[in-house]
Amino acid sequence: MSEKMVLMQGNEAVAEGAIAAGVRFYAGYPITPSSEIAEIMSKRMPQVDGTFIQMEDEIASIMAIIGASMAGRKVLTATSGPGFSLMQEGLGYACMVEAPIVILDSMRYGPSTGMATKVSQMDLMQTRWGTHGDHWVIVLSPSSVEESYQLTIRAVNLAEKYRNPVIVLSDETISHLREPIDTSIMPTLVDRRLPTEKAGYLPYKTDESLVPVIANVGTGFRTSFTGLVHGESGFQTANGHIAEALIERLRDKLFNNLDDIIQFDTDRVEDADILFMSFGITARGVTEAVDSLRSHGRKAGSLRFITLFPFDDDRVRKAAGNARTVVVPELNSGQLVLLVKRVFGDSRKVVPMNKINGDLISPQEILNFVREENL
Amino acid sequence: MRPDFLRCERLPNIWCPGCGNGIVLHALLEAIDQLKLDPDKVVLVSGIGCSSRAPAYTAFDNVHTLHGRAIPVATGIKLANPNLTVIVVTGDGDSAAIGGNHLIHAARRDVGITVVVFNNYNYGMTGGQASPLTPTSSITTTTPNGDLDRPFDLVNLAIGAGATYVARSGIYFTKHLVDHLKKAIAHDGFSLVDAVAQCPTYFGRFNKKGSPGQMITSQKDWMVLKSVAEKKTPEELAGKVIIGEFVNIDRHSPAAAAAPKDQA
Repeated sequence: MSEKMVLMQGNEAVAEGAIAAGVRFYAGYPITPSSEIAEIMSKRMPQVDGTFIQMEDEIASIMAIIGASMAGRKVLTATSGPGFSLMQEGLGYACMVEAPIVILDSMRYGPSTGMATKVSQMDLMQTRWGTHGDHWVIVLSPSSVEESYQLTIRAVNLAEKYRNPVIVLSDETISHLREPIDTSIMPTLVDRRLPTEKAGYLPYKTDESLVPVIANVGTGFRTSFTGLVHGESGFQTANGHIAEALIERLRDKLFNNLDDIIQFDTDRVEDADILFMSFGITARGVTEAVDSLRSHGRKAGSLRFITLFPFDDDRVRKAAGNARTVVVPELNSGQLVLLVKRVFGDSRKVVPMNKINGDLISPQEILNFVREENL
Repeated sequence: MRPDFLRCERLPNIWCPGCGNGIVLHALLEAIDQLKLDPDKVVLVSGIGCSSRAPAYTAFDNVHTLHGRAIPVATGIKLANPNLTVIVVTGDGDSAAIGGNHLIHAARRDVGITVVVFNNYNYGMTGGQASPLTPTSSITTTTPNGDLDRPFDLVNLAIGAGATYVARSGIYFTKHLVDHLKKAIAHDGFSLVDAVAQCPTYFGRFNKKGSPGQMITSQKDWMVLKSVAEKKTPEELAGKVIIGEFVNIDRHSPAAAAAPKDQA
């Protein structure tokens, strides 16, 4: 092990990644299995001239980081399913006012309070559709402690670049896993663009990037923010044309930049005739299962989603190779598989593999599944 | 009042003729002017409702948030940039019902923001439903037979939760209102002003309170200055609303909470 390597827990890696990315404001509410992030931030934020506050609930937590973001800080909150449910109205608000925020959701077993200490991947669709109305978020999925660190940095950068909420979708196992990681490489940091000219300032007027250049509050630009539909001025309107243009822009500012946002991790896809498509902790069992299948002469491959949303069917299709059989293992009753079926239609055999007892999917279970299903 | 504190191009406002919100807004802008605050360092944060539309008519940074959520957003702004004067503009439903939890915790923390409650005793924007400040027995669109519940006493609620400046005033007493808004905004710590306005369109009409003008002038009949009230008996004060300053104490000094920086 290199001298630069340090042993770190997944939640600690999120906290340290956020600090490395420039996060200087954390608001949160305790919830298993994400509480360590709040505990670490309560100690670490004052050490880096940042601010930690424990709010009265998760609604307040997300609203507080939105306020701090408007005042110019890079911000983080962390939670799990029940708290993430409470944050949904704030998530929609952040999409609408285009506040750069990062939310860590460590998935536990649901619905409701479910099983607080058991892992699941049941919040996948909640990240995409949990709040009402057409909206778009970026969702990143780490499958290791190292990646928890790196993707938290990436999440902060993407939030700043696109002025959009970014969700890091982790889970109970990765949150509590301890692995050696290298934190010595200084990350490249992205800061939101800020306006320079007060004359003619329109907070929601955009250039070809479609990302608005909004001043931080308190800097003399006198911005109006509202969750109501607004035009370039930031003021409320009920004009349907302005509404349509706003919602289209919120989509296009991300979808015009999919090459920048979307990442897959593909493994031996090129000649695979059976492909596993997965994300997060489940992908780790897949890797070992692919090794085992290959050692027995079966051409297996893996596509792991690092970016879950935006989800681009064409890019997934191109990255997936030509495997005739696609297996989608996930710790829920079938969420990712809905997207995969949409990608492939009837052109491939798409097989869901679901586990909902609060345990992980082991490599051996994948091998048994392939054998029993004659895949 | 300085006209450059308003975005006149945003007028006319959405409020009904005779609404009291304009008087509270005027008093707030007057207070900001008299305090000679740098307008670039003033942020108005609001929730949802008639009152919460007020900040967007002003020329300050303004944040129209979600129903009940102005206080946590204001908390985030203030903690991120303590040099700013952060004022929450809210209504009785916004602050005392859906935002009630945030209100008491902001008071408990003594976070340095000012909450101005435009209190019109009902939900105006949605058509005159009962709020937690609606007086018992009042007729609203959700209490057609009279409100069975008791209202909060917002002043005592804030005091109980730990607010370090609490005052109440009414739109009939505009100088009194401006003076107490000034003291609240200048206060170092959490401050709240219960600014009693009126809703002639719903609460007034349903409860036969008369014209908007009559509703405003009637405040001198049912509001009593705190200094006067202190000399009266409980019987004499029955049905009266006391206005004035209720708490004005030093900020709760937090224990040394800064983590030693060398404790890596």
